[in-house]
Parts: sequence; C-alpha cells; structure tokens
Amino acid sequence: MKLFEYQAKKLLAKYGVPIPRGSVATTPEQAEEIASDLGQAVVLKGQVHSGGRGKAGAVKIAKSPEQARQIAADLIGKTLFFAQAGAHLRVDTLLLEEALPIKQEIYVAITQDRASQRDVLIVSTMGGMDIELVAHENPEAISKTVIDPLLGLTDYAARDALFDAGFEKTLAGKAAGLLKGLYAAYVGTDATLAEINPLVITEEGALIAGDAKWLIDDNAIFRQPEIAALATGEDDDPIEVEARRRGIQYVRLEGGEIGIIGNGAGLVMTTMDEVKRAGGTPADFLDIGGGAKAESVRSSLEIVLSDPNVKGVLFNIFGGITRGDEVAKGIIEGLSTLNVKVPIVVRLSGTRAEEGAALLAGASIVAAQTMQEAAQQVVALANKARKS
Amino acid sequence: MSILVDKNTKLIVQGITGREGEFHTRQMLDYGTNVVGGVTPGKGGQNAIDDRVPVFDTVKQARKATGANATCIFVPAKFAPDAVLEAADAGIETIICITEGIAIHEEMVFANVVKLKGLRLIGPNCPGILTVGKCKIGIMPGNIFKPGPVGLVSRSGTLTYEAVDLLTRSGLGQTTCVGVGGDPFPGTRFIDVLPLFEADPETEVVVMCGEVGGSDEEIAAEFIKTMTKPVVGFIAGLTAPPGKRMGHAGAIISGTSGSPQAKVEALKAAGVRVAETPSQIPDLVKAALRA
Repeated sequence: MKLFEYQAKKLLAKYGVPIPRGSVATTPEQAEEIASDLGQAVVLKGQVHSGGRGKAGAVKIAKSPEQARQIAADLIGKTLFFAQAGAHLRVDTLLLEEALPIKQEIYVAITQDRASQRDVLIVSTMGGMDIELVAHENPEAISKTVIDPLLGLTDYAARDALFDAGFEKTLAGKAAGLLKGLYAAYVGTDATLAEINPLVITEEGALIAGDAKWLIDDNAIFRQPEIAALATGEDDDPIEVEARRRGIQYVRLEGGEIGIIGNGAGLVMTTMDEVKRAGGTPADFLDIGGGAKAESVRSSLEIVLSDPNVKGVLFNIFGGITRGDEVAKGIIEGLSTLNVKVPIVVRLSGTRAEEGAALLAGASIVAAQTMQEAAQQVVALANKARKS
Repeated sequence: MSILVDKNTKLIVQGITGREGEFHTRQMLDYGTNVVGGVTPGKGGQNAIDDRVPVFDTVKQARKATGANATCIFVPAKFAPDAVLEAADAGIETIICITEGIAIHEEMVFANVVKLKGLRLIGPNCPGILTVGKCKIGIMPGNIFKPGPVGLVSRSGTLTYEAVDLLTRSGLGQTTCVGVGGDPFPGTRFIDVLPLFEADPETEVVVMCGEVGGSDEEIAAEFIKTMTKPVVGFIAGLTAPPGKRMGHAGAIISGTSGSPQAKVEALKAAGVRVAETPSQIPDLVKAALRA
C-alpha cells in the first residue's frame, strides 16, 4: 500500500522527524486560508502516488494567499501526466507548506535488501533527484548501511551511513537522531520503503523532511489498523479494488485481451507468458489460490469478464489441493449466471481433473490438454471472434 | 540418498488440529512420512488423525517426547512468526513453514534468528519438500512424483507440480523437490539448495524454477558456474509489469532489480539450459543427461 506525502509526513512527525508547517486543502478556499495562516510564501503540492511531480506541473509556489487560491483552483480536479508513474493521475488534494530556505538537499531512505536479507539504510548528499539516476551515474555518491533486524538501527550504524556519505559533520549528531526516528517509523508502520527525498538542510542548520515516499507491506495491514484507515483507493484500478474486496488476487494488465485465471502465482505468471508466446496479450494475473471453492471460481470469472478489453478467457489449473471438479462447478455456475460472450478455454490437470472434465463435457467451453495448447487455442479463438 | 529429508526424518506438525494441518498431516502419513507428533497449545495429551498422532502443548515438549528433528508449520499468518521462533528455540533442525501472508518485518527477524542458531528454515509461503518415496513434508501432491535422477528447486508450488508432472510423463523421475517459497525473505534460497544437489550422489541433473523479483537466480547463477552437474532453468513472469506484486509477495520487479530478462541472461551465462516454456523442460533434462 502506498501512502500520500501528507500521510507519510504525519507519521514522520509522530516519530519525531521534523516536517514543514502546513496542511492539506481540497478546495481553493481552504488553500487560501492555509496560506494566510502560514503567513509567508507557500509550496502547493498535488497529492498523487508518483514522483517527478514538479516536472508534471503538480508543484507550484504561491507568494500570497490570493495566489494560493488561484493555483489551487487551477490544480484541484486537474488530471496531469506523471512520467515517473507512466500514468495520468488526477489531483484531488493539495499539501500546502511553508517554503523552506534550502541550503542543501539530502537523500535518506530505509528499505529491504533481499540479497543480504536485511534492512538497508541509504544516504546520499545528492538529494532532491531521482535516486535511481544517481545510482546509475554516481554510484559512489550513495552510501548503503546494512541494519541487523535483531539489533535495530544502532547509533554507530547511523553515523557510519552519514560519514560514508560525506554528510556535514557538525550536523551529523542531529541527523543520526533523525535517522533513528525514521527507522522507528519504518518498523512501527511495517513499511517496505521509507524515503525522505529531499531531507532539507535549511540556512539555519535545521533538518526538515521536504518530501516523503512510503510503502506499507500488504501482509502487515492486519496489524496496522490506523494505516489501513488511510487507504483511499481512489487512484486504484476499479476492477482491482473490487477483486480485493472479494479476497481475490488480481492484477490488471494494461492493454491485454486474454483473461487469465489459474492457481498458484508461478503457474499464473507462466500462463501469461505462454499466452504471449502464442501471440496474444494477457489482460490480467488472477490466482484463485489453493483449495478454491466453486463460488470463488465463479466470482473470479466475473472479475475477469468485467474488463471490457477481454476477448477470451483461459483457465489453467494444476490441482494439488485445488480440485478439478470444484473448479469445473465454478465455471459452469459462471456460464449460467454471467452473460459470457467470449470464448473460454479450460485446461485442468492434477487432482480430480478427470471428474472436472466430465462435468464440463456439455458446457460451452473448449477443453485443452496442456497449457501450451490452451494458450494457442484461446488466442486463435479470440482473434477469430474479433474478425467476425 | 536425497537431500534434506528422508526416512530418518521425525516430523512434528505445528497447527495439527487446524483444518489445513489435519488434512495435510493425513496426506503426509499416507505418503509414508514419519509424523511423530503434533503441537496445538491447549490440546496437549490428546491424539489427532484417528488417534495416530500424539498432540503436545509446546514444541519443546514434543521434541523431548518424540526426538523430532523437523517441523511443518500450518499456523495462520498472524501466529506463524511465533511458531517459527518456538521451533527454533526448541532446536528443531529443519523448520518448514507453509503459511502464506506473513508480515515481512517479522519474516526478516525469524529468518535471521533461525540462521543464527544454525538451523534450517524452508519457506515461508512454500509447498514444502518431498523426497520421492521416502518423505513428504508440506502440501505437494505425492502421486505425481516417481523416483529418478532429477533434483528440483522452485519458488512456486503449482509451477513445480507442472514441471514434475511433465518430467514424470516423460519417464524422468526425481530425487528431492524443494519448494523454497514465494516470499521476499525465504529461509532457504536456491544458493542453499544447489550445493546439496551437487553433493547428492543420486541427483544427476537439477531443475531450477525461478520467477520475477529479487536476485536469488543471479546469485545462484554464480554458484552454478562451479557445479559439475548440469542445471535446467525456467523463469516465470516475462510478461509481468514492473512495480506490481504478482501474487507472491516476493514476485515484484522494483526499478531495475528483479527483471526476468536479467535472470534468464545470468542463467544462460552460467551454462544453464533455460526453457522458454515448461513443456521444454523434459527435453532439456534429457539433453543434459546425455551430454
């Protein structure tokens, strides 16, 4: 789960990391009032799940409350293109903050490093830029310090990171404290990424989080009720939102035409790849999970068919704990209750596959023996349906 | 021979009286696995699975009474981290955690604790491990396997079954099949399993099924360069878009890391015969055995 900048900053403040004075607005009037309260030049930042907001035109400076109102009137409700997200996103909420007197911009982040199976603290004095770009062009400008999860972030490890990065020595003590706050927030919120970019060093030598990016582990949402309540779901795909509500693992794939339903993540991904090899384009990833019942199979078919781009559906089931007859029942229920207008190809193997095939004998589906054959058939049928 | 588990494995099942635990314990017993006990706090003193398996309140009690050296965990995600730590504290040598959906921060902590104690964790979010004809721990369908020279290791459950089924149908049997699981911080990775297959006299060829996300395949590729036995590989998710989690918590391409193309290239550079589709696996295995 992604948090918006203003949500992440509230968390940071709770853990003692300084953030700029400011507040969020959803109307031009609110924006004017906040700017007036701040009593100085303000930055208005569109709250969307993407970096590169400045380039997209979602970050503006206002010198007066009146100007803040005008900018807000222009930005709120506007859809802009964000190159970093590769998507058009609508700005519904603005964060208005005091403009900071910037002396230097730093990058700090904590994330998980899968290779070392540890958390890693990343610090760079080349802040305010896209860190992937810095990593590519100036890898030596980035310091990475591994954190032992059993010890947490120790003072010395925080100092290691700062001095390795060439951080301003006189401020290192203060910065180490800030990093420990960042780590506490990262652990306390079950984050998989906690990034402050830039961490602003002001003319007066204060350290303030200028921007924040925050990702939460979806597996931990159950023990983070406060964070779960922050989910707005507003810029999520509506079919994905509905699938999540039904407890179905579904990812919509941009521009695809073949709906894919299978059991087990690896097998579903392989089915997607197989459809591509057969000349088609996968429209989704849908994993019915282990031991799925007929109703959840029917419900999955409904989800996949709710995508209007879908021209054919491929079921690929290799039953271990999942039973072929149960899947077949779900497909049959789907065919009788949903208005199915596209060809459906079914490949059943493993546990009770023969019983499943027998159930499907009279149904208006195409049965396939192997995954490869199933992929080729669904692509051919979808192409044929498109031409007719 | 085989790797990790065999006839001498004495297994306990944590969560044995739950729906999943009970169902799969029965299947494991049917396969011939030596299930010596189960653990469900509060149900110690009872017997489970038609009176065939004694239940204990704690792992320590179970270990003391049965001499168990392996455990299979079927405990819900919320309680699974504690179950792994309990098994580690009791000194269980091989801990297999089937549970999916464990919080990543907790997973990282227990994976490190198990390692620190010199024990082995397989999983979480995995189908388990099966040594053909001797011992099945977890949820793999035992009937698709048959004895033979192929060792398998995979991040995905059903994809492994697909591969095993294809091999068996082509007359190629297996030694041991290890499902390392689909989470970002698995206790056992490809790099931990490959040396065991390399040392196992019965395993003649290794099949490794990877997927998008992380760099475990690339790390494994470095070791494969030093192996005497041939490796056949497959990578799932060539069509997976970046930034999206594909079911498995660990199956996500982040920035430039975890891309399937990089994995395929790394494996090829290490001399791995990489299948473009699972149906090519048997022929590649046969070619590797002939070479």
